[in-house]
Amino acid sequence: MYGWIWRTLPGGLAGKLLGSLLLLTAVVLLLFFVVFPAVEPLLPFSDVTVEPAPEG
Amino acid sequence: MTRARTAGDVVRTFLRGLGQTMITLGVVVLLFCVYELQVTGLVTARAQDQANAQLDRTWSEAPRQVVPGQTTPSPGASPAPASVTPIRGDAFARLHVPALEGYEPKALFEGVSTAVLKKGPGHIPGTALPGEVGNVVLSGHRTTYGSPFNRWAELRVGDEVVLETRDGWFTYRITGSKVVAPTAVEVTYAVPGDRRATPTRRLLTMTTCNPKYSAKERLIVSAELSASSKKSDGLPAALAGRG
Repeated sequence: MYGWIWRTLPGGLAGKLLGSLLLLTAVVLLLFFVVFPAVEPLLPFSDVTVEPAPEG
Repeated sequence: MTRARTAGDVVRTFLRGLGQTMITLGVVVLLFCVYELQVTGLVTARAQDQANAQLDRTWSEAPRQVVPGQTTPSPGASPAPASVTPIRGDAFARLHVPALEGYEPKALFEGVSTAVLKKGPGHIPGTALPGEVGNVVLSGHRTTYGSPFNRWAELRVGDEVVLETRDGWFTYRITGSKVVAPTAVEVTYAVPGDRRATPTRRLLTMTTCNPKYSAKERLIVSAELSASSKKSDGLPAALAGRG
């Protein structure tokens, strides 16, 4: 997959490096501000209050 | 292609793809750790800045119920406990912990939903308000979202925690701490452990996750009101002399 991306990016070595950097940034931002905030409530790491035992 | 794909080529392509997928997933998990421990703090820092500015604004605007002509409030008079029930999601008080060196005062919010706790420590609705008879119950994150209760295990019996409201300072002295199961709701009762008892003491209970980076248990820090004073009387003893 990464090989295919590298081959597909245009613009010689400089263009490929720049393109890779842009793609990487976009993916990290997407993870940080969309994916992780959405997934986080499903994980127990942030539970700090005491609650009655879940029913059932 | 100069030659036909052999079975070996297919296997190699498959294994390469598998390897890349595994490495990618590993990097995503590492990024998630970075997110939890660093990025969430940025979200909280912004919410805290806004809330602190808003508290300063509303506290300076709100009419102080001071009788005109009364220059100094009668010494020893206690401030009224925060009587107005705060709106969920709003900052209504500030938490000072002079016992922890360098602890930045935190804006305290009403509510303990996931969304509220992202902004800072929260007050469980329905429990006592600062200064009231009963049990003021606060919850806060230990390792994420600004980690307001990160150093709670360092609090010792006798240490002081100060709740600042619009009108008053309420100093609570730590009476103990313990580790309980996440289901131990009895710590939040007005009289901890006894749901039906009528409260007579002014208590403060703070809950956070335990151990750090886990949600297996809860760390409970208990305190009792030791002093209260009006804002107009200046800083309380617990905070005086700390600039």
